[in-house]
Amino acid sequence: MAILDVQNLTVDFLLDDGGTLRAVDGTSFTIDSGEVLGLVGESGSGKSVTALSIMRLLDSQADITAGRIIFDGEDLAQKSEAEMRTIRGQRISMIFQEPMTSLNPAYTVGDQVSEVFRQHLHMGFGESKRRAIEMFERVKIPRAKDTYGKFPHEFSGGMRQRVMIAIALACGPDLLIADEPTTALDVTIQAQVLSVIQDLQHDMGLALLFISHDLEVVAQMCDKVAVMYGARLMEVGESTSLFAGPRHPYTDGLLRSIPRRGQPLTPIAGTIFDLRSPPDGCRFHPRCPYAEDRCRRETPELRALEPAGDGRLAACHFPLAGAGAKA
Amino acid sequence: MLIRYSIRRLLETIPTLFIISVIVFSLVLLIPGDRVLVMLGYSGGDIADVISKEVYAAMEIRLGVNDPIPLQYVRWLGRALQGDLGTSPLHAIPVMDIILARLPATIYLALASIILGTLIAIPLGVAAAVKQNTWVDHLANGVVLFGLVTPGFWVALMLVLLFGVYLGWLPTFGYTAPQDDFVEFLRHITLPTIVLALDFASNVIRFIRTDFIEQMREDYVRTARAKGLSERLVIWKHIFKNSMLATVTVLGFDISRLMGGSTVIESLFAYPGISFLLLQSIFNRDFATVQGVVIFIALMVVFMNYLADILYALLNPRIRYE
Ligand SMILES: Nc1ncnc2c1ncn2[C@@H]1O[C@H](COP(=O)(O)OP(=O)(O)OP(=O)(O)O)[C@@H](O)[C@H]1O
Ligand SMILES: [Mg+2]
Repeated sequence: MAILDVQNLTVDFLLDDGGTLRAVDGTSFTIDSGEVLGLVGESGSGKSVTALSIMRLLDSQADITAGRIIFDGEDLAQKSEAEMRTIRGQRISMIFQEPMTSLNPAYTVGDQVSEVFRQHLHMGFGESKRRAIEMFERVKIPRAKDTYGKFPHEFSGGMRQRVMIAIALACGPDLLIADEPTTALDVTIQAQVLSVIQDLQHDMGLALLFISHDLEVVAQMCDKVAVMYGARLMEVGESTSLFAGPRHPYTDGLLRSIPRRGQPLTPIAGTIFDLRSPPDGCRFHPRCPYAEDRCRRETPELRALEPAGDGRLAACHFPLAGAGAKA
Repeated sequence: MLIRYSIRRLLETIPTLFIISVIVFSLVLLIPGDRVLVMLGYSGGDIADVISKEVYAAMEIRLGVNDPIPLQYVRWLGRALQGDLGTSPLHAIPVMDIILARLPATIYLALASIILGTLIAIPLGVAAAVKQNTWVDHLANGVVLFGLVTPGFWVALMLVLLFGVYLGWLPTFGYTAPQDDFVEFLRHITLPTIVLALDFASNVIRFIRTDFIEQMREDYVRTARAKGLSERLVIWKHIFKNSMLATVTVLGFDISRLMGGSTVIESLFAYPGISFLLLQSIFNRDFATVQGVVIFIALMVVFMNYLADILYALLNPRIRYE
């Protein structure tokens, strides 16, 4: 059963010059309880805006102009700010890309974790402190007890991200949104933090929306993958089969642009369009090697592909053949 | 940690204090004319009429005018450190006694202005930042502009006219010690406090508003919201502490400014603090007292800045380890 069901999510930014920019355009996807969905795409494709919409933490210039965000049967897009506050940090949590700045420099990390217990579970200081230390142990911060009274600046990026994970998972949420949680970290640290997330996701049976542009990491972490390009979803599918046989030329291009030993590196030609003036038809057509006339005129909807049954969706008039085509 | 830091910072004020002492000492050297006469408050006319030979000789010995200047300085500093700031020729009592008698009035006024100013500035500055372009923001902006464009003495005169002359609610000059009659004390201190507090607040509001708006964009604020905290906690716990960190550093400056402003205001309200004393002493060519008062004002400013530093360390977890 889907814990999160995003339907036709559309987010518009009101720009300073009076124009609008559609940062997320009719995006739909679902995440089941305990499932990991990877959201990938180039910089500026709308991944963070999607995540922040679910949290209802968008900037004031941004507005959810259409769509529904069904979480556990209720539409978050319709919730009041007060209702959202009981959901954020308790039932849906989020960790961010920038571990160095995401914690409050003026408070101890212990306070920043125990605060969540006091806020949502109405615990006293003693109880919340005990629980915070437990969380530090769960995210494998060494000397959890001594950690409590320390300040963020006393920790490295990797440790700070663990503190963020401790904050996010403190109240045992149903859904965790991780927006490029390791992009800012060294490769070795990255692996450690990912394994902490993966272990806890597994232990707690968390649904996880994992945003990244690192396809290797997504392949390793995720059950399902959604590929975003210029505010729209291009392809959604089960992770192993999608990586083995992409059906959308954009996904194919993305996979080909990963450096691999023994294979020529072929980056996708051209650059992403300006979101203020998206191209007609398929948004990828100016860069697509297979584009035809129809692609320039008609916008392809995200739809199930033949052979039915594997759950693959793609927004393409002329999808690739899949696993067979790559060989 | 904090105690060690406090002591270290206290020791670091010594060079500042040294420079101040040199300047204060030199001030009198710069006054043209016979320094013995200057220090005796001589202001023209026949010397023999005003000053006896014995008094002149005693002052000559005290100043040691024929000794090298550095030696004079050391002797002067030594006496000052022991609390001997000389004798006022005008009042014929030790300068120290005059200052100590006047000091409480100034301290009360400064504290009252800082407290009132802060009480106005913090809520207004924060509200202006949080509710940009609403009536609170406009009100805060009004206070800031008012403080910037209207000189303190003009505000003082208007308040005197309104509350003193027209409405007759408050006395417009003088002072009553709090231990003598607390209500009268409050009545006397109210108008000068308002003038100084407004000036102080207008600066602080401007700073808090700008800093708060900047802080609101920080990532940690988004984290606080993502935790499901109420807006009240996000603002008054998470942002506030960070913003105070920056604000405290400018408070030191603003308090120094306040001390400067109080010279005019004390005089206008004939408020017998040391700033008023300074002005009176300058008019009376009572340079021994001038010297003493300048030292005290400088000491107060240094001390206030020191306090601001300690407060900063108290708020900032980083500084204690640096
Ligand atoms: N505050 C804003 N004002 C105007 N436009 C914005 C704002 N924030 C985001 N956008 C627009 O929304 C688009 C999507 O941004 P988003 O942050 O979701 O990208 P992303 O996929 O997360 O990229 P990255 O991989 O760089 O994090 C951007 O191209 C940008 O033009
Ligand atoms: Mg992003």
